[in-house]
Amino acid sequence: MLELLAWGDTGWGDELVRGTLMTLAVAVCSFALGQVFGTLGASAKLNGGIVTRALAEIYTTVVRGVPELLVIYLLFFGTGNAIMGVASLFGYTGYIEVNAFTIGTLSVGLISGAYSTEVIRGAIQAVPFGQIEAGRALGMSRARILFRILLPQTLRYALPGLGNVWQLTLKDTALISVTALAELMRSAQVAAGVTRDPFLFYAVAAVLYLVLTSISTYAFDRAERHSNRGVRRA
Amino acid sequence: MNKTLASIAAGMALFAAASVVEAPAAHAQTKVRIATEGAYLPWNGMDASGKLIGFEIDLSAELCKRIGATCEVMAQDWDGIIPGLQSRKYDLIMAGMSITDERKQVISFAGPYATEPTVFAAMKGSPLLALNLPTTSVDMSEISPDEQKLIDQSAAAVKGKTVGVQVSTIQQNMVEQLMPGVEVRAYDKVDNMGLDLVSGRIDAIVADRSAIEGLIKAGEQNKDITKFGPAFSRGVLGEGVGIGLRKADTELQGKLDKAIKDATADGTITKLSTQWFGYDTSIK
Amino acid sequence: MNLSIMWDAVPKLLAGVPVTLQLVGLALLFGFALAAGVAWMRLSASKLLSRIAAGYVFVFRGTPLLVQIFLIYYGLGQFQAVRASIFWDILREPYWCGVIALTLNTAAYTSEMIRGGVQSVPHGQIEAARACGFSRLMVFRRIVAPIAVRQALPAYGNEIILMVKASSLASTITLLEITGIARRIISQSFAVFEVFIVAGAIYLLINFLITRLIRYAEWRVTPHLRRPA
Repeated sequence: MLELLAWGDTGWGDELVRGTLMTLAVAVCSFALGQVFGTLGASAKLNGGIVTRALAEIYTTVVRGVPELLVIYLLFFGTGNAIMGVASLFGYTGYIEVNAFTIGTLSVGLISGAYSTEVIRGAIQAVPFGQIEAGRALGMSRARILFRILLPQTLRYALPGLGNVWQLTLKDTALISVTALAELMRSAQVAAGVTRDPFLFYAVAAVLYLVLTSISTYAFDRAERHSNRGVRRA
Repeated sequence: MNKTLASIAAGMALFAAASVVEAPAAHAQTKVRIATEGAYLPWNGMDASGKLIGFEIDLSAELCKRIGATCEVMAQDWDGIIPGLQSRKYDLIMAGMSITDERKQVISFAGPYATEPTVFAAMKGSPLLALNLPTTSVDMSEISPDEQKLIDQSAAAVKGKTVGVQVSTIQQNMVEQLMPGVEVRAYDKVDNMGLDLVSGRIDAIVADRSAIEGLIKAGEQNKDITKFGPAFSRGVLGEGVGIGLRKADTELQGKLDKAIKDATADGTITKLSTQWFGYDTSIK
Repeated sequence: MNLSIMWDAVPKLLAGVPVTLQLVGLALLFGFALAAGVAWMRLSASKLLSRIAAGYVFVFRGTPLLVQIFLIYYGLGQFQAVRASIFWDILREPYWCGVIALTLNTAAYTSEMIRGGVQSVPHGQIEAARACGFSRLMVFRRIVAPIAVRQALPAYGNEIILMVKASSLASTITLLEITGIARRIISQSFAVFEVFIVAGAIYLLINFLITRLIRYAEWRVTPHLRRPA
């Protein structure tokens, strides 16, 4: 059994570890992208006009209401053509390669962003409006109000929710295995197929995912404690 | 902090520079990207280092040399392999894909470069093997009364049974069109179909002969998988295995057709075939 | 975009709705029962029981559902001992493997919601009920359960929707629910977009209806928040 997990050309140990790193890379990039989408979505929902608000609403409803697998499939087969369609509008007809990593990150990021939108929106709304008024009364500029009052508190309120979104994002990366990107799930599937030992490889994959989730849970707990250090406990 | 930022920036700049330098070199020769499944030995598969191997990997290298292109072979799941071609994820498909009318409606083919009959298999001790169906070849392009009898016999044998096929394959078509009353279970990969046959979830599988032999050889657990019944070919099973490509790429199709013809004539395909299959699958 | 393919796909995909709903319904039913047990263990005074429950929740919340499905379907089927056991009658069917995987998954999340709901009940209210001579069962039925349900319902609504979406992964083990049928249609027509867009719309509709139902349920259990007529 152990020789199946060996390092190098005879075993699958190195493939699985590389897959884990790839999973981590996709998850981190998707989560970061998700924060961009989430911030845009939240500000559209809170401050946008009727059109941007509707767009943000459609975005979160559709992406959160359709199975992740479908979102990934649609983007996987769609982005290439869409990007080339846009490029051809500008007169470029050559081939533009969009690799599996980019598409995977984009699709998981889109999903991550839809959930983040709600978390960030809730967190912004949790900041008492009186504080912003107070800031204005003291003559603070908009940027200063944003950086001194809104952001630090939004971050604190959003952290627990974002921790959940991160876990979701991390686990959703397993679905990119359908795009043949060599992340953890894909490596486990290939190894299980070649060696005919699915139990071993899926169990190892499960353990590796658990390692990733426990480390990140710990990190988010620390971050939460850090951000709450000035808050009196009831 | 600033140091890290600086080094990241430097790294990105280097990377950008590298890709700019590399780009013109790649354009000198046509670059062709080929998709294969990587889970269909001996046609195509993966070794323990995660590298693609198999008959089609070697053949693709040979054909690319002949058409003067640089090739890159990549893995793509079978059920998305045609949509992936259409959305330009790659330019060619070499994945044991038979040339059928259904597929020709959406893509075109170069070749065929090989052919393999379709057979059923069950586990040793299965009542299906006890039927002792004749193992003659059945060419379904023109079905003689004798051959029709063989098809009917096979259909009667698997009627009411659960039969595993790989999704979107000629074998799925064959069972669904010619063998009514079969509970078809469609799998994403041949490997998974094999796992379920061995575990007893399904009564039989049907696939291309070499893929079944690949399964039998793949591991100790699979040694009891046994082929049975006639070896079917042509008709609903198509006209042999070819290279799939987009309909617009007629120039590439012409070049590949010629390369395949030459490689067949000079025995290259026979050589590669004997190496991977143990016998000659080339088109005579 | 080919509209006629989309139109043809609608009835075929709708035929998968009952399977999807069955999978989700059974998983939620069994999952809730299991979750109640796990939450009880988690809240029990026994360290051992609490640890076991916590471990279960940790494992099933910390790994992707896809891994769990494959582990249960292909992983367990690999062992002769499993195949010889009485469980094989259930485990050999992809349908039940799907139900089991979804059940185990949702139970892990639901147990935490139940725990949160029960813990949200102010202790004073329980004490007050006891002082009034309520039996343990009556305390649970009249005090703990209503408050806990009210507290946990919005989160549970989300969980139902997540389950509907998660059921699409059952297509990876040959089940022909909505996504499975979609993949099968695509394998014949190769029209990825058309078919997946229709499938997506069906999921969206199901989830919209569920959201409405949950809203209604929330309204029902919070009469105290309504403005007097």
